[in-house]
Amino acid sequence: MRSFWSITLATLTKDIRLEWRSKDALNAMLFFSLLVVVIFVFSFDPLAEESRHIVGGLVWVAFLFAAVVALNQTWARELRNQVLDAYRVSPAAANALFVAKVLGNFVFVSLLEALMTPLFIIFYNLRALGPTWQLIPIALLGTWALVVNGTFFAAMSLRTRSRELMLPLLLFPVTIPALLGMVAGTTNILTGENPAHFWIVLLLTYDVVFTTACLALFETVLQAE
Amino acid sequence: MKRAFPILAVVTALLLAYAFYQAIFVAPTDALQGNVYRIIYYHVPSAWTAFLLFFINFIASVQYLASAKPSTERAANGVVIAIGIAGAVAPFLPQVKQQLPAGMYPSSVATTALIIAAVYFLVGKYFPEQSLDVLAVTTAEVGVVFCTIVLITGPIWARPVWGIWWAPGDIRLTSTLVLWLIYVSYLVLRRFSDSAQTQKLAAVLAVFGALDVPLVYFSIWFFRTQHPQPVIGGGGSMDPRMLHVLLINWMAFLCFAFLVCWSRYGLEKLRREVEEAEALESLLEPGGLAPPPSKSSVPLSRGPQ
Repeated sequence: MRSFWSITLATLTKDIRLEWRSKDALNAMLFFSLLVVVIFVFSFDPLAEESRHIVGGLVWVAFLFAAVVALNQTWARELRNQVLDAYRVSPAAANALFVAKVLGNFVFVSLLEALMTPLFIIFYNLRALGPTWQLIPIALLGTWALVVNGTFFAAMSLRTRSRELMLPLLLFPVTIPALLGMVAGTTNILTGENPAHFWIVLLLTYDVVFTTACLALFETVLQAE
Repeated sequence: MKRAFPILAVVTALLLAYAFYQAIFVAPTDALQGNVYRIIYYHVPSAWTAFLLFFINFIASVQYLASAKPSTERAANGVVIAIGIAGAVAPFLPQVKQQLPAGMYPSSVATTALIIAAVYFLVGKYFPEQSLDVLAVTTAEVGVVFCTIVLITGPIWARPVWGIWWAPGDIRLTSTLVLWLIYVSYLVLRRFSDSAQTQKLAAVLAVFGALDVPLVYFSIWFFRTQHPQPVIGGGGSMDPRMLHVLLINWMAFLCFAFLVCWSRYGLEKLRREVEEAEALESLLEPGGLAPPPSKSSVPLSRGPQ
């Protein structure tokens, strides 16, 4: 049996290569979040001062919706040609597959964020008044929180009818504390009124708790058939 | 057991009627809020009942997941025993004692920890594998109903007293709302999932939901300390007469919840037996695996298996 990380790496390279050639998920995600941004621009036309207070929410809601588009594709791809069944009967560790999928989604969603953030800055004329570098840990931890639970619940919703609808229904309630952390942390940095340390610690706690839970329970979900 | 159900039903009806009388006519009127405060006798008992039911759902889900393999069962038992012992001893240590908020006694914390461990083992003892899942569905459904009552009565009270229907930053309101959302998504999952492994997936989701609740609580706790919002209750102690009526109401609501759970539990068990019998019947039909017997040989009703 090959080692855990070599399986993870093989699955991850396969996913990234597939995505690189087809660009299905990434294009859909990018265009979707572009639409969300444009709709937000039409709906809210704030002054620079007001926009600092609301953009934290807008940015993360846009990313959350866009991430769901990518997360839905994660496992659906493996259903064709019974790839998932083959994986299930193979002796490879279930968590190796899970970690590879999470890392893949993390790369895609981070890429999306890197491309969409400039648009938000242009449309809303943003300039942070707090310590800007703290946005990086918030973005990384927040993206991980979205992606780790999203990948897990996407695997869970595979077993249900109308699975594309099921994923947000399962994911959003559990994501609420993480979303609150991302939005409040981002707003604090943009406005510079309050420190964002608590929210970074909260996101870190959330990530540790749910990554552990996902790794502990993923095999149960994968084998459930 | 069969005779106990109608007896309990009558007792519950009497208790609910008595509690209603006490709440509306006997309990003193609040000096500041007037009669509007009386909704507390429905709001608070529903909340406590809902939280209790969600807690039982969590315990049943953990038991269900743990019972899949003997190794996980042993590990889970060890963890629960460790939690019980640590929870019983730790509050009495001087370092921990200082950390406890005022009004929280070490003995009450220790008792709670012991009760949690005891409930875990009692549930495991009296509910074998599939019954654990039936227990989880029952408590989730009834819990959502009680939680809905809480979320409806809350704003009705808040509007005249606070002047607003809903305080978005308030810790208890928001935690309860998120809890409700999580359990509704739990029920949606059960409804939409048609594989044989629904029980397992639902149990996994219940564990995720339970992990989420403390995080929601802490995040909003911090949120509120930054943005002060009206606080429930207004602090201070309650008139003992009011507390008395509140406890009577809680007892009535608990009996009622128990009654509803009992009947829902029996219904769900019967439904599963019928499903099993139907599956067996389709197997035994001509062309199936076994030689065709007469249809009446398949028991649709309960009886010795």
